Amino acid sequence: MSAMPETERNLTRVVEPGVTAPAVTAHVSDLVLERRTPLWWWVGFGLSFGLFVLFLVAVGWLFIRGIGIWGIDWPIAWGFAIGNYVWWVGMASGGTLISALFFLTRSEWRSATSRIAETMTVFCVACAGIMPVIHLGRWWYFYWLFPYPNTMVLWPQFRSPLHWDFVAILVYVAGSLLFWYVGLLPDFATLRDRARRRWQRVLYGLLALGWQGSSQHWRQFRMLYGLFAALMAPLVCSIHSIVGLDFAGGLTPGWHETQFPPYFVFGAALSGFAVVLMLVIPLRRALELTGVITQRHIDVLARLMLTASLLLSYCYLIEIFMPFYRGEEREITVAMSLLGGYYAPWYWAKIVLNSIVPQILWVRSVRLNRPLLFLVALGVVIGMWIERYVIVVGSLHRNHSESSWFVFIPTVWDWATLAGSVGLFLTGFFLALRFIPMVSMFELRELLRKKQTEGGR
Amino acid sequence: MSVQRGTGHSLRGRMAAFDDPDAMLDALRRLRRAGFSRLEVYSPYAVEGVDELLDRRPRALPLIVVAAGLLGAVGGFFLQYWGMVLSYPLNIGGRPLNSWPAFGPSTFELAALAILLAGFLAFCKFCRLPRLYDPIFDAPGFELASQDRFLIWIAEREGRDDGELLQRLLPEGEGVRIDEVPA
Repeated sequence: MSAMPETERNLTRVVEPGVTAPAVTAHVSDLVLERRTPLWWWVGFGLSFGLFVLFLVAVGWLFIRGIGIWGIDWPIAWGFAIGNYVWWVGMASGGTLISALFFLTRSEWRSATSRIAETMTVFCVACAGIMPVIHLGRWWYFYWLFPYPNTMVLWPQFRSPLHWDFVAILVYVAGSLLFWYVGLLPDFATLRDRARRRWQRVLYGLLALGWQGSSQHWRQFRMLYGLFAALMAPLVCSIHSIVGLDFAGGLTPGWHETQFPPYFVFGAALSGFAVVLMLVIPLRRALELTGVITQRHIDVLARLMLTASLLLSYCYLIEIFMPFYRGEEREITVAMSLLGGYYAPWYWAKIVLNSIVPQILWVRSVRLNRPLLFLVALGVVIGMWIERYVIVVGSLHRNHSESSWFVFIPTVWDWATLAGSVGLFLTGFFLALRFIPMVSMFELRELLRKKQTEGGR
Repeated sequence: MSVQRGTGHSLRGRMAAFDDPDAMLDALRRLRRAGFSRLEVYSPYAVEGVDELLDRRPRALPLIVVAAGLLGAVGGFFLQYWGMVLSYPLNIGGRPLNSWPAFGPSTFELAALAILLAGFLAFCKFCRLPRLYDPIFDAPGFELASQDRFLIWIAEREGRDDGELLQRLLPEGEGVRIDEVPA
């Protein structure tokens, strides 16, 4: 044994020794083209699809009966749906941050995990986008949010943060989809060229749009991808800032805070990294990707989760400090009710799950312990949902007027919508696992070439 | 008869295939020195150095994207200005109608949307995508260009027989293969 322990050396490698580019191409495309669909896929897809059916039932019943089936009422008119929306869009940030931000920093560990993360983003954004629409009540008037010439000569209120949010989601959905798809083009071409069955050739041939891999294509591709990355990084910050402004724009105690835009960006980053970890840890085994998704990737994601947790914890401190510093009566009421009132268990659960538990990630052996790391990430994902719930409901239940103090009791349909949206996400993700290469093959070829030339010198 | 290809040169010519990107770069350098100009490289990833050797740069795309961003920002702001100030002004407590700070976030988002769409469309235009079939796909071994082979396309030069010259420049052997591609 050398002086350096095995794990320590592992932490510096983004690719295990002996991995070659043709082997990665063959393995990743065979996962999609050749491999028999494994049992775990059918089980996972079946369960997810069951939840997805629950979502359809819950939303169908909502469309028939109206939003009275939920626990919302005055003064708590924003319940699960808005909490769920903020939660899903927050988790979506993980993929964009990894793909765009760490593309700009030229981080080597990004290549192998970017596809999983981006795919996650696309389906999280889908879940997020649905929530405000079904929350509308008269959802069939959804299109009124678009500025279009109409017989009423009316316009949407462009000055409202809620309308900014509508625009931001729309652009973020378009951006995430385009960024994902453009990054997939060369890999679709590889699948097209390797496919043996006719339907595969037709499907991937259409999806690849006729990609040739000529120097002209690569030149334009690299330019476009760089531009998209440079745009997506501020875009992901803007959407979470605007989500924060949805709340900060209201006079409700506990919402009217200048720190909300960065608060929501940090929270989004924390849940984003957590959900990427939760996907990467099982998938590297299930898809036999341990050669290209190494301990280094897991370690980096754990460190990022810890960083985001520290940033968010700072915001949690300020959140409690400011009401007492400002001394406004109702803000203190809300703060006290969070610390020791009806919603205190939820509040303290979020503190434990998002701020305290992640501190064990300072310890290296925890970051190397994948099952434990998975549990910490799961705790963060749950904790972030609780945080959104506490922000939405906790403030509304102690509003300025004492006559409208109330508590929110979720109904079975609230829970069904939440669980169902998880089903919607997982159904989409499982389908992507089956039909889309889960590692960016061309980026790994580039990475391996870089490693080879570095090693040769 | 020669066919106009996706990247604008004739289909008649030769395709040299390399296992190794460095060998391909070497060959490309020799071809350039020997005066070949109608060349194209097909590779499974963007090889550093090819663009310099072919002397091509993506100049138009960034300009188009910047123009689209400006247009999106101006248009996005004007859309809000039109709605809130000109088309349906609402006096709420005497607040200014042109509340430009509140138009800021949507202006940024709409500029981003314009960049995304214009960037993607310009990319498709410059790459001539979608183009599901192209005669180059019939070149022998072309399907390996998306996996692990590096190809140089050498267009036949009008009225010249380069067979011997090419054999001297690109000696066939380990990792190198040259195929004639008929029109």
